[in-house]
Amino acid sequence: MQKYQLKTFPKGGVHPAENKLSAGSPIKILPLPERVVIPVVQHLGAPAEPVVQKGDTVVAGQLLAQSKGFVSANIHASVSGKVFRIEERFDASGYKRLAFVIDRHDDTWDPAIDRSDTLHEHITASREEIIRKIQEAGIVGMGGATFPTHIKLNVPKGKKADILIINGVECEPFLTADHRLMLEKSKELMVGIRILMKALGVDRAVIGIEQNKPDAIDLLSSLAEKSSGITVQALKVKYPQGGEKQLIKAITGREVPSGALPVDVGAVVHNVGTTLAAYEAVQKNKPLVERIVTVTGKSLQEPSNFLVRIGTPVAEVIEAAGGLPEDTGKVVLGGPMMGKAVSKLDIPVTKGTSGILILPDSEAHRKPVQPCIRCAKCVSVCPMGLEPYLLMSLGQHQLWDKARRERALDCIECGSCSFICPADRPLLDYIRLDKMRIGALIRKEKKAVS
Amino acid sequence: MSNTVLYTVISLSGLGAIAAVILYFVAQKFKVTEDPRIDEVEDVLPHANCGGCGYPGCRQFAEACVKADSLEGLFCPVGGNEVMARVAEILGLEAVEEEPRVAVIRCQGSFENRPRTSHYEGATTCAVEHALYTGDTDCPWGCLGLGDCVEACNFEALYMDEKTGLPVVIDENCTACGACVEACPRDIIELRKRNKKDRKIFVSCINEDRGGVARKYCSVACIGCSKCFQVCPFDAITMGNNLAFIDSDACRLCRKCVPVCPTHSILEINFPAPRVKKELVTTAGADSSGKTAGTKDTATGKKSSSGDSTETQNKND
Repeated sequence: MQKYQLKTFPKGGVHPAENKLSAGSPIKILPLPERVVIPVVQHLGAPAEPVVQKGDTVVAGQLLAQSKGFVSANIHASVSGKVFRIEERFDASGYKRLAFVIDRHDDTWDPAIDRSDTLHEHITASREEIIRKIQEAGIVGMGGATFPTHIKLNVPKGKKADILIINGVECEPFLTADHRLMLEKSKELMVGIRILMKALGVDRAVIGIEQNKPDAIDLLSSLAEKSSGITVQALKVKYPQGGEKQLIKAITGREVPSGALPVDVGAVVHNVGTTLAAYEAVQKNKPLVERIVTVTGKSLQEPSNFLVRIGTPVAEVIEAAGGLPEDTGKVVLGGPMMGKAVSKLDIPVTKGTSGILILPDSEAHRKPVQPCIRCAKCVSVCPMGLEPYLLMSLGQHQLWDKARRERALDCIECGSCSFICPADRPLLDYIRLDKMRIGALIRKEKKAVS
Repeated sequence: MSNTVLYTVISLSGLGAIAAVILYFVAQKFKVTEDPRIDEVEDVLPHANCGGCGYPGCRQFAEACVKADSLEGLFCPVGGNEVMARVAEILGLEAVEEEPRVAVIRCQGSFENRPRTSHYEGATTCAVEHALYTGDTDCPWGCLGLGDCVEACNFEALYMDEKTGLPVVIDENCTACGACVEACPRDIIELRKRNKKDRKIFVSCINEDRGGVARKYCSVACIGCSKCFQVCPFDAITMGNNLAFIDSDACRLCRKCVPVCPTHSILEINFPAPRVKKELVTTAGADSSGKTAGTKDTATGKKSSSGDSTETQNKND
């Protein structure tokens, strides 16, 4: 018997093995690192500009770098200590980028920050105040895209949002950070949803959760009954349901047109992690300096969920979960579908790091690429209705104009095509190349016009 | 029966005649007059359609030449001055001579010089690897070794050396069309002046990191120490971004900079081994004289071997 009425998005999608190994493991607080590395770019957009200097003493929660430009976010200190250096360090981008290296002394916090567990349910801040506080706290989309949240809350003139969708889907295999957050911080999450509703001026919010997390659906449903306007929508398990456009389609039936934003169809989507961060920023003045990270892998001793300070080296988080297994072939930041393999373990956890996945050598490698057999599996699984095989060959032949006409820019990089391909072709690698080159073309055109 | 044949022949011939008349008038009406010189110029061009001139193909370049009032800025790198002189002759213009150029690879990060720190197994193109990370070494500037430049070359002037993992330019084939320069995501390839006997001196590194950092990735990185800058008598060397750069137009190939480079990142190519030094070595001992003899053979050869020659030379100093 089905307990809930289930929804999902109609087009494409795949069903990778779920492997939610750490779903039953409560969130533990990671011991504080001795040294943190905090990059000035942890978000989509322009780097923040440093406001402290080498040798300065900082406390946890203090502003380190001020956002610069329209799409940018503030960066705060996650521990208290001395700024050892401001230099270029390797991070998840695979390159060296400017970062603050802070030697921790103790754990002193900015006195304005309320670190108690008391729940502040009453929202006193006005709409403008909420957005300002979220902007000051440097909150970005914590599902992995790291788009600055305050921009999404500032609905452009002439457009109107009528529904807030809270993304608790967590469709990536292995990851359980959002699942644990929904179970353990459910009350704070509900306040956070009300805050975001107020900021957007909407009276309806839907929390989308996949059916494989029945405990979270039950818990949040019971809480949602008490607050008006908030409902929980159970969803069928299908990857990539956590994609913004897929989730909007699944819950509201509306389709975001090619090149348009979700707000054009009246919907705004925020991740549960972002929602909790918004609660902490608005009700407790706490900037985004820590996040929940899933450390997982079949060969790992204790797959777990940790509350990690931003800037903690990935190696220390792995150590806390039992250490790096001997047969490790690859360490991936994020989930197995969209995550990125890293070549170093001393890189820091940043705002967008939702998980650390350890793959044993036997599962870590790509298979040899074979010729395309024109089976069209990639076409049938593409949730955006694209033709990945075509986009790949256009990329190989450097036909960027054609790829643009074939809507390569609509690709959400979910990796379903590469996952399903029986010939193991690197479809997404080339589509990403398409997107980059088309982006460069567009910038060139804009420059020519202005 | 015979009537049927007759009618068919008559009606078809009639149709043919009408169509011919219509076609004649249409052809007159929509006649395109094209400058016959375009064909003439195109015939002279090398028909490589490489795009090295900046136009999509030889035909478009020929059109541009015919349209232009002077040949300033129009140059076919493949045909060189010879072809341009013929083009000028056809058009009655004056040819603008350009120095012949050749591509050089500004990276020596071979397997030996630059340790591999990870293993890359994504799509086998430098463009994708470059977008992902520093590559299988830690150097964010150096060659990725997947051969986008070789792929781009229309003239078989590049190949990958399997021993070093780096591309090698075959000077005789290189036309300096610039396709490889365009293809390289890291801007490692540069077009430099083709001197007498293809002799070249250049800094084979584009690493802009500070010296200490650069040396961590790669033992032959330019560390920006300015020693070559100080020794150059012709002011051909400029320092900037922790790098030395030798201007190929100002360089007089005196080779004073080569031995002073502490990291051997300045390459000398196609020079004969210095005679005086050979004598010095022969007096020094049998061991090293064997080495120099070998160098002498290879120094006239290709790029990879000339690295050895600089090394021995330094030891001798």
